[in-house]
Amino acid sequence: MAFISSGYDPKEPMKDRITDIGPRKYDEFYPPIIAKNKGKWLYHEYVKPGVFYHVAESGDKVYTVRVGGARIMTTLLIREICEIADKHCGGYVRWTTRNNIEFMVDDEKKVEPLIRDLESRKFKAGSYKFPVGGTGAGITNIVHTQGWIHCHTPATDASGPVKATMDVLFEDFKNNRLPAKLRVSLACCLNMCGAVHCSDIAILGYHRKPPMIDHEYLDKMCEIPLAIAACPTAAIKPAKVEVGGQKVNSVAINYERCMFCGNCYTMCPALPLSDKEGDGIVIMAGGKVSNRISPPKFSKVVVAFIPNEPPRWPQTTAVIKKIVEVYAANARKYERLGEWAERIGWERFFEKCELPFTHHLIDDFRDPAYYTWRQTTQFKF
Amino acid sequence: MAKHPTPLLDQLESGPWPSFVSDLKALAEHRAQTASKIEYQIPVEVVEDIMGLLELSYKDGTTHWKHGGIVGVFGYGGGVIGRYCDQPEKFPGVAHFHTMRVAQPGGKFYKTEYLRQLCDLWDFRGSGITNMHGSTGDIIFLGTTTPQLEEIFYELTHKLNQDLGGSGSNLRTPSDCIGQARCEWACYDTQDLCYQLTMDYQDELHRPAFPYKMKFKFDGCPNGCVASIARADFSFIGTWRDDIKIDQEAVQAYIGGELKPNAGEHSGRDWGKFDIQKEVIRLCPTQCMWMEGKKLMIDNKECNRCMHCLNVMPRALRIGDDRGLSILVGAKAPILDGAQMGSLLVPFIKAEPPYEEIKEIIEKIWDWWMEEGKNRERLGELIKRQGFQKLLEVSGIQPDPRHVKEPRSNPYIFWKEEEVEGGWTRDINEFRKHHLR
Repeated sequence: MAFISSGYDPKEPMKDRITDIGPRKYDEFYPPIIAKNKGKWLYHEYVKPGVFYHVAESGDKVYTVRVGGARIMTTLLIREICEIADKHCGGYVRWTTRNNIEFMVDDEKKVEPLIRDLESRKFKAGSYKFPVGGTGAGITNIVHTQGWIHCHTPATDASGPVKATMDVLFEDFKNNRLPAKLRVSLACCLNMCGAVHCSDIAILGYHRKPPMIDHEYLDKMCEIPLAIAACPTAAIKPAKVEVGGQKVNSVAINYERCMFCGNCYTMCPALPLSDKEGDGIVIMAGGKVSNRISPPKFSKVVVAFIPNEPPRWPQTTAVIKKIVEVYAANARKYERLGEWAERIGWERFFEKCELPFTHHLIDDFRDPAYYTWRQTTQFKF
Repeated sequence: MAKHPTPLLDQLESGPWPSFVSDLKALAEHRAQTASKIEYQIPVEVVEDIMGLLELSYKDGTTHWKHGGIVGVFGYGGGVIGRYCDQPEKFPGVAHFHTMRVAQPGGKFYKTEYLRQLCDLWDFRGSGITNMHGSTGDIIFLGTTTPQLEEIFYELTHKLNQDLGGSGSNLRTPSDCIGQARCEWACYDTQDLCYQLTMDYQDELHRPAFPYKMKFKFDGCPNGCVASIARADFSFIGTWRDDIKIDQEAVQAYIGGELKPNAGEHSGRDWGKFDIQKEVIRLCPTQCMWMEGKKLMIDNKECNRCMHCLNVMPRALRIGDDRGLSILVGAKAPILDGAQMGSLLVPFIKAEPPYEEIKEIIEKIWDWWMEEGKNRERLGELIKRQGFQKLLEVSGIQPDPRHVKEPRSNPYIFWKEEEVEGGWTRDINEFRKHHLR
C-alpha cells in the first residue's frame, strides 16, 4: 500500500493546523420534527416494546423505533444503518446512552415498514442485526467496556459475555413483563470505564492474584515511588533484589494486603496481574441511578467469583437469569431490583435466588464496612 | 478462508442478539475483497488479526495488549490511546492498534451524510472497527497505526469540522441525555449546556492540567438517563421548584383505564386495574399527594421531585415552570477509595446561556482541586480528604440542610478560632488564680 497524505505536512505540523473546534453542534443533526418541537413536547406513550411516540404542543407526533446493537460496530454496519435511515427517516438517526440505535419517523404509517425492514435484517450466521425492543419494564442493552479486544488491564472480556448474556435475556429485551426496568452493565476491571457500580445487575471482571514482579525491568520501566504510592492498602514497598548476580532496585509486595485492584499495574507495566485461573467475574446487584421513589443506590456484591468461561460464560449467565426470574416473580409493580431486595431483606434475597452467602460478601474495606453490618435485632429467619 | 481459525469466537455467532463476531467477519471479508481497489492505509488483514488475537485471549483467558504507549497528535495530551499487541509477529495487522476518541454530537443525533464521511475516513485510514459509543460518550475509532494519527486528525479537522475528545488527566468529553430534543421532562437544555461548556473548556479537554480525569454529565431530570449521579465529577441534573402541573381530566382517564399507566411501559403482564392509591399516592416518598373527591392534590412544598408520579401519569402531570438544575459533585467508580455517588452542592441554579454562574462554580472548584489534589486523586476523593466544609468554602456556597442526608452524629467539630469568643489564646496564670494546682 502506498502512503497517501491527507495534506498534513509532518515537517510543518503547525501549518494550517486546526484545533479546539470541539464536536459538531447538536442542532446540525436534528431531524426537522425534532428541531421544530424542541422543548415543546407534551407527553409520550409506548406502542409496544421498542416503539414509542412523543406528542408536541404543535400536535406533531414523532415515532421512535429503538433497536439493540453491539457496541463494537463496523463501518459496514454503520453504512447499513445509514441506508435504513435514508430509506425511512430522511437521513437521520441517533444512538442512546446504552448503545441502542433509534430511528425516528414523523408519521405512524412509516412505522410498520420500518420495523419490518429492521427485523428482516440478519447477519449471515443468523443473529438479528437490529432487534426492536429495549424500552420500558424490561431489559435494555448492556453498557460495557472494551475487554480483551482492546484493553490492557481487563480481568474478563466484555463483548463476549455481553453477547452471551443478551442472548439469555433476549426475551426481556422484547418484552415488558418485569416489575420495573432492569439495567445490566459490564465492566471488565475495577477501573470501571463503564461505571457499573449503580446497576440492577453488574458484571464485573476481577483479578484474584497479586501482581508478578518483573524485577529485571521494573526500575527501567517504572517510577518506583509512583508504583508504591499507587497502592491503596500500602502493600508495596521498595526493595533491592538480586537478578543474575546484580543488585537491582525493585519493589516487594505484601500479598496479604493486596486487594487485586491493579492500580499498581496502571502505574507500572512491570507488575502484571492478569491470570487465567485468577481472573473472573463478580456479580453485583441492586443498584440504580434514578431518584425515582428511592434515592440512587450502589450495587452490592452477591457472587464473589465465577471463573471466566469463554466463549459463553454459562455460569455467569445462569446466575443473572436466575436473579432476573426470581425478581420477576416476586417484586411489586414499579419496584426496582434493589428496592425489592431491601424490602424483603438481603437474607431473603440470597435464599430466594439460591445464592450461597460467603465471607467474601461481608465488607471489610475501611470505615464504610461498619455501616453495612447489621446493628439491629431486626432480621428474618 | 479466514486467516486465523476462530472456533471459540464462532460460537458467539449463534443466538438472537446482534453478533459482533459476525459483524467483524463481514468486514474482514469486505476488506479482503476490496483490497485491490482501495489503497488501505493500514494492513488489510487488521480485522482478521484482531479476531485472531481475541481468539487467543479466549484460549488463554487473558489479554494480549501491552501496557499503554504514549502516542498522540501534536499539541494535544488526550484523544488518542496508544495500544500495542504483545504478539506482533503472529498478528502484524494489530501490532499498533491505537484508539482515537472522536467527540460525539449532543444527544448522539446524526445525519447519515456525516456518518458516511466518518466511515470513509475510518475505512481508509483505520480498521473500520468502532464503538458506537465509548462509555464516556465519544465515537471510538478502534485501531490504527502511529503514522495515521496526524493524517486522521488533519482530515477530521479540515474536512469534517470535527475534533477529538478527551482522555487522560483532562476534562473528558462531556455527555448529555436526549433532553428537550425529545423529552417532556427535561428541565433545561442539556445539549446546549453540554455544548457550551465543551466549547468553553476546549483547552482543559485537550491539554492535561488536572490531577486526574474530570467528567461532566448532563441529565435533564432526576430520572438520570445518563447516570451522571453515579459517574460524573460534576453532574448537572435538571429540576424545578414550583408546582407540578396537573391535568385533572387526564388523572381521571388514568383512573378510568382509558390511559395506560407509565405510558404503557408495563404491557408484558396483566397487573390488574390501575389503582392510583396503590401505584402513585402510597408510593410517593414524601406522602405529599392525596385525593379530594375526584381531584388529585399535591402539597408541592413537600414534594422532593422523585419523578415517580410523573413517570406513571405523564399525560396528567407535568414538570413545573420555574426550572433549573442541581449540581452534584464527586461521583466516581471504585478505584481507589471505593465508589462514590455525587453529593449535592447546589440545590438549584438557573441554566440559561451563557451559563456564567455555573461556570463560576466549576472554576472555583477546579482551582481548589488543581492546587490541592494529589496525583490521580478524583474530586470526590479530595472532598472526602479535606471535608465538605472545605468544598463549601472554596465554592462560596452557604451550608444548607439540603447538603446532608442527616446532621453529623458525632460532635467532633473543627471549630475555627474566629468562631469562638475570645479566641484560643488564654492566660494560664490568670486561670490558676481561680483554680489551684
